Amino acid sequence: MSTNIINRVIGSANDWMQERAPGLSQWWDRHAAKYYAPKNFNFWYFFGSLALLMFVNQILTGIWLTMNFKPSAAEAFDSVEYIMRDVEWGWLIRYMHSTGASAFFIVVYLHMFRGLIYGSYQKPRELVWTLGVVIFLALMAEAFFGYVLPWGQMSYWGAQVITSLFSAVPVIGPDLVEFIRGDYLISDVTLNRFFALHVIAVPFVLAGLIYLHLMALHEVGSNNPDGVDIKKVKDKATGIPKDGIAFHPYYTVKDLFGTSFFLMIFAFIIFFEPSVGGWFLEHDNFSPANSMVTPQHIKPVWYFTPYYAMLRAIPDKLLGVIVMGAATLIFFAVPWLDRSKVKSIRYRGPITKIMLTLFVISFCVLGWLGAQSGSDTQKLVAQVLTFFYFSFFFTMPIWTAVDKTKPVPERVTFDH
Amino acid sequence: MAEQGINHGRRRFLTATTAVVGGVGGVFAAVPFIKAWQPSARAQTAGAPVIADISKLEVGARVIKMWRGQPVWIIRRTSDVVEALSALDGRLKDAESDNLDQQPDYARNETRSRKPDIAVMVGICTHLGCSPTFVPEMLPQAFDSEWNGGFYCPCHNSRFDMAGRVYKNVPAPDNLRIPPYFFIDDNTILIGLDADPKAA
Amino acid sequence: MKKLIALVFTLVASLAQASGDAGIKIHSSGADLSDQASLQRGAALFMNYCMGCHSLKYLRYSRMAADLGLTEAQVMSSMNFTDIKFGEAMTVAMKPADGEKWIGKAPPDLSLTARVRGSADWIYTYLKSFYRDPSRPLGWNNTLFPAASMPNVLWELQGVQSAVFDAPHGGQAGAAPVFSHFEPVQPGRLNAEEYDQVARDISNFLQYAAEPAGLEAPANRRLGVGFPRGADLAHLVAEA
Repeated sequence: MSTNIINRVIGSANDWMQERAPGLSQWWDRHAAKYYAPKNFNFWYFFGSLALLMFVNQILTGIWLTMNFKPSAAEAFDSVEYIMRDVEWGWLIRYMHSTGASAFFIVVYLHMFRGLIYGSYQKPRELVWTLGVVIFLALMAEAFFGYVLPWGQMSYWGAQVITSLFSAVPVIGPDLVEFIRGDYLISDVTLNRFFALHVIAVPFVLAGLIYLHLMALHEVGSNNPDGVDIKKVKDKATGIPKDGIAFHPYYTVKDLFGTSFFLMIFAFIIFFEPSVGGWFLEHDNFSPANSMVTPQHIKPVWYFTPYYAMLRAIPDKLLGVIVMGAATLIFFAVPWLDRSKVKSIRYRGPITKIMLTLFVISFCVLGWLGAQSGSDTQKLVAQVLTFFYFSFFFTMPIWTAVDKTKPVPERVTFDH
Repeated sequence: MAEQGINHGRRRFLTATTAVVGGVGGVFAAVPFIKAWQPSARAQTAGAPVIADISKLEVGARVIKMWRGQPVWIIRRTSDVVEALSALDGRLKDAESDNLDQQPDYARNETRSRKPDIAVMVGICTHLGCSPTFVPEMLPQAFDSEWNGGFYCPCHNSRFDMAGRVYKNVPAPDNLRIPPYFFIDDNTILIGLDADPKAA
Repeated sequence: MKKLIALVFTLVASLAQASGDAGIKIHSSGADLSDQASLQRGAALFMNYCMGCHSLKYLRYSRMAADLGLTEAQVMSSMNFTDIKFGEAMTVAMKPADGEKWIGKAPPDLSLTARVRGSADWIYTYLKSFYRDPSRPLGWNNTLFPAASMPNVLWELQGVQSAVFDAPHGGQAGAAPVFSHFEPVQPGRLNAEEYDQVARDISNFLQYAAEPAGLEAPANRRLGVGFPRGADLAHLVAEA
């Protein structure tokens, strides 16, 4: 009898909403209950939802951190230790945020790699991909601003190096750097404005971009590991793609499974090795910022090291900055560089597979090199790999066009 | 109402004038938001000169003074170091200090200083602003087998000699900056001004 | 394929080794956060020998007592030699300027040293690496931290040792000599093993002080979970 009452209350509340906001249930249908995603999503398709999860994690833990963090040069470092020691469970919230940043990048890099191997950027999904690259850039800015906030040695000198990159701009460079710092050097002013950008400006932009990314995806529908267009084969009676399945409840539940698996690993790292041997939280950042002394081994956090290695490999200031910028911006061009007839790596030839493998290896080795002190041998290796990194993109129209392809099936497959 | 028809000319005029006036207003409204990023009055006044006492500075040693929040190095170079400076010219980008922005006129010489043995320079790498490490030993180093003493930047491996001159084939584009300074007396240096304003 | 991966890792590892500085070997301290007795001894040693100069400004006496299983009475009577209240942090009376005048450099706060250095092992090695060097202002030097301003405050326990250096590698004229080994000059109150335990206890305590929350997962240390180095990975893959 009591369930009857509850059902009636829910039912009338539903009707009440329906009368006043009829678009709401349409929105739900369009993006979840009647959004038909391909049936053959595999492991790689977890990372999109995991990226969203990490975004929520960063926002939530971030709000809690701002309750105790002091964005001033005099107090920032102490306030982080205050969170780590005096605030109840503060250490956990801080680690969820700092380790979360690295986890966010791991998930996003894997998400991007998924796009590369299954050709998810190809027509008609160029807009989805492009918006994704903008998110990636905003995320890098967000991570950089956030890294400055604890005001340790790495925060300070990282900010010094990154803001100095703008001094390479011809003519207005030095004034631009002063403008960004709001002072003649990295100071309290810089920290305070980076705090504003980190907690308000960029998260807002990110939230908007993520919404656009998803809306753009739902306009054209999801790609899949076969690169088959599921809209070609529809059920005549219902008009639903035969290879499609409603996102809710099927993929919401599947993503929940992925989420729980991911959270187990995430929790393990947070509890047992939150700084991951200096890769997620650098040792030198436990010394308070000192504008007089640069640490012996200065390097960015791992997710920036591939680009940092490229910057360091070029023995010219302006050119180095251009190369580093180009290395991130070049992802925008991928939809127009790929000339292959097929999307998925499953139906492409050996050249594509070799090139992608080499690309991943060079990206990882560059990442490792960027974290080293940089001997002459390492510099040479970094130069070779930087050259390959760009060759991968610039020669893409050639090797994607000449590479053999296999016939793509009409319907999605499951035996892979 | 609908029968009266639409005056397209008037609509276009209104749309255009609204866009122009709104656009101009938008530009003016942006000014305070952009200007607010410039160094504030407080930041601008923090650049006062500093005085350094070098009476206790040993030969070969360095002291660091903070001027405008930047490290300024004062080094009493040994005579060996001063003599060895000219031998390096071939390995340097700007051995003659041709970039006039990097030093005052009185420091545009072989040793880039007012006195040959006393070096005064801003300890900020001209590449991306790290503070290079002081490696005064004239011994082979991991980063340079023919090292003649100088500064090595840990960030991107830029190298400078004992006069702050930058080596070739390193990312730093310019020599280290020499701040304006003058000797009040033999053991006292004022950093931040070219000459005593009272004396002039 | 496995061989190929192993090869790649070996290459990477050797590249890493080539780049690493040929510095002093860091000894494994065996510090164990779950060993409460060791932490208590380390705390007592720290209060007696280190706190004259070094503060732990982020650690409260009360927090330490609760975490290490000590009572307020124990801490306040035998560990806290200052007027600082039980709930307050462990600061020192020495002003940085005085420290600079007396020792040459203001003694740093040690709250986070274990984290700055990456582990307790560095502190352990540092405490074992002091040697007699008349050329230094206070007569002491340290192989791990050459020209350190700090004298060996534990010399009564450890004894005095001198360092023996070998000619530099490759016979390059003027290159820095390479450390070979220590030679005892004068014995201390403890034998080598006992002194190692002292160094281990202090570094264990400083490891705790650097991250008190780490006590809540001491399994961390027991499991030996750590980020593997390139060489370890190569070994793992070769084994598989």
